[in-house]
Amino acid sequence: MNFELSEEQQMLVDSISKFLQNDYDFESRRKLAVSELGYSADNWKTFAELGWLSVPFAEENGGFGGTALDVMLMMEAFGKALITEPFIPTVILGGRLVEVLGSAEQKESLLAAVIQGELQMALAYDEPGARGNPSCVAAKAEQSGDSYSISGQKVMVLNGHAADKLLVTARTAGGLTDADGISVFVVDAKDAGVEVTAYPSMEGGRAANIVLNGAKGELLGAAGKALPALEVVLDEAVIAMGSEAVGAMEVLYKTTVDYCKTRKQFGIPIGKFQVLQHRMVEMFMAHELTQSTMYMAGLRNLEGGDIAKKAASAFKVQVGKAGRYIGQQAVQLHGGMGMTDELNVGFYFKRLTAIDALLGNMDYHLNRYASVA
Amino acid sequence: MDLSVKPEYRQFREEVRDFLNESLTDDIRAAGRLGTSVFHDKERAMAWQKILHAKGWAAPHWPKQYGGTGWDVVQRSIFAEECLRADAPQLIPMGLHMCGPCIIGCGTDEQKAYYLPRILSGEDFWCQGYSEPGAGSDLAALQTTAVSDGDDYIVNGTKIWTTYAHYANKIFCLVRTNKDCKPQEGITFLLMDMDAPGVTVEPIIGLDGVREQNTVFFDNVRVPKSNRIGEENQGWTVAKFLLTFERGGQEYAPGLYHYLQQIKAIAEQEGDGFGGRLSDDPHFMRRVHEAEIEISALEFTENRIKAALGSGQSPGAVASMTKIVGTELSQKLTELAIEAVGVAGLPLQLEALEPGSGVAPIGPEYALTAMPRYLNTRATSIYGGSNEIQRGIIAKMVLGL
Repeated sequence: MNFELSEEQQMLVDSISKFLQNDYDFESRRKLAVSELGYSADNWKTFAELGWLSVPFAEENGGFGGTALDVMLMMEAFGKALITEPFIPTVILGGRLVEVLGSAEQKESLLAAVIQGELQMALAYDEPGARGNPSCVAAKAEQSGDSYSISGQKVMVLNGHAADKLLVTARTAGGLTDADGISVFVVDAKDAGVEVTAYPSMEGGRAANIVLNGAKGELLGAAGKALPALEVVLDEAVIAMGSEAVGAMEVLYKTTVDYCKTRKQFGIPIGKFQVLQHRMVEMFMAHELTQSTMYMAGLRNLEGGDIAKKAASAFKVQVGKAGRYIGQQAVQLHGGMGMTDELNVGFYFKRLTAIDALLGNMDYHLNRYASVA
Repeated sequence: MDLSVKPEYRQFREEVRDFLNESLTDDIRAAGRLGTSVFHDKERAMAWQKILHAKGWAAPHWPKQYGGTGWDVVQRSIFAEECLRADAPQLIPMGLHMCGPCIIGCGTDEQKAYYLPRILSGEDFWCQGYSEPGAGSDLAALQTTAVSDGDDYIVNGTKIWTTYAHYANKIFCLVRTNKDCKPQEGITFLLMDMDAPGVTVEPIIGLDGVREQNTVFFDNVRVPKSNRIGEENQGWTVAKFLLTFERGGQEYAPGLYHYLQQIKAIAEQEGDGFGGRLSDDPHFMRRVHEAEIEISALEFTENRIKAALGSGQSPGAVASMTKIVGTELSQKLTELAIEAVGVAGLPLQLEALEPGSGVAPIGPEYALTAMPRYLNTRATSIYGGSNEIQRGIIAKMVLGL
């Protein structure tokens, strides 16, 4: 067993860390997060130029030929700087679903543009009351000529405010929660039947709720058979987002330890109080255990099948639990300062809170873990 | 020992309910419904206080001679429960619950006659100047100084976490009048005007994006000695009087039950991701029921404290327990609420949260308050003596460790 990074992986992580250190300080992140776009178009270009947007795609599709492990390492580094650029929505949820499901023409027309940083994508799959379950789909698609007409409601579409192309899940057959009958469609975000309600998200950045009123869609993959591919790509996104959380957790516990070494009350640094020391030890251990679960999920993803599913869900549960503990304790140990938007603590805490809600929360993934053989 | 409810209490509840139904406007109720912190919308909370004051109900916990209602502890609880049920906004506590009791307990007759009616009517809006950048949990380390100058003090220093200072015309402060003694022994309790020359206020924006708190700076502010409550260097005793007054009187269980009911109602509405309702999900509902049992344990602890108070005993350091359990349970409930609303809790909607804004929420209205409450409620285990400090008090005062 070997947990060392390959030379290529190390170079990738180093280049990301260098970029974040030089060009992604907290003040600029704060401004980006509340901007109209919610991220920097210039940064996105840089991501493309440095080849980062190509990492998970196969070489024959113009990619770097990386795996979930490479994305995991990238996202852990991104998480430390709390980036708001839409890597997960465009590259994983968008690009990877095209790569897994799409025809040769669809891959050719969409993936090259994603890799070059010219196309923004979003996956519109979650619905009111679906709680992130991709098989709970009420949206419907009806064939009309050689395209489909889609109607339904989608919520919390990551990057839905900025996407040029949406991937939309809709039923071409079956009842609300049937595994069969779910299809994915490529929909132009500017289509007359697409109504986008964009909003700032509580942890910074933006997202959208989307209503489809007979939007025109082009089928991606076989009609009614999209669920297995959706699950594969959503699990990759879970690993990516969980890895981002692991990076955020590391910053948060270390920031807290540093603060408790310098903040004095009762004449001594508060880090000298045993009750706080033990709390910080718990934070440290929670991060370590979650990082280990991250490696498990990344490595088992390569095996595919039920093993990969189970590991991804296990990781999301661990991320939810540890993220909540570390986030809450970081605020508590910073005292009043932790409650302000002056320190970065609150932003990391809010991102970790949002990550539990996204892509299925702890309960959803615990259920899924139990239901997969 | 019995649980019977005297018939006159039922009648009292009816009376309270009728009054609330008649006098709470939709606009005022919106402030209660949309409140995401213990500090509700200032304008509507003060409008509600005026209505209550006209009825003589603004300060049920004050002695009758100063404008209290003369209700017993049971009646006060009934009133609190009915206010919650009716979505009445919570009254802003700094005057009614913090400064007022200090003046009642330690002020002169002149001070009582001047300040107390102005607190009840809302003519004076108070904020609290206790914490400082270097004096949080270690409050006695405060360094804002008051130096004697004839009939006045000259005050210099900085206060932080001053809630609603941007609305206040008055501030009650702990200031240092003696450095050559034990820290607690050199502190004085002063009342000051916010518009006095040398007072400046700067905002602190919370992680929920809301300005609730401020930093207040004092630069050679002149304060008449007649504004001192209690003797010079006795401010710690004055402040502690408030703590016993407050801790004995504060009840968490009614608010917790109220919030739990709201969470159950959300679970009835929300989907479970499999075509059913969240209220059918045994995993989620198990945590709801666990929380309910914990609330009932707290409720009966509070009942025992109330009974002890009713028979003239002091609750003492056990009251630290209700602060710890009450705040941590409220945090747990806000966790359940954000889990219940799921991703609908993620849009940031500060405008829709303002009562009377007319801005429609994105998604269901019940999802609007869940996340801001979760974020804001993190402060409850930090303020008012952090829960670490409260546990320290119990260890020392109750267990003798």
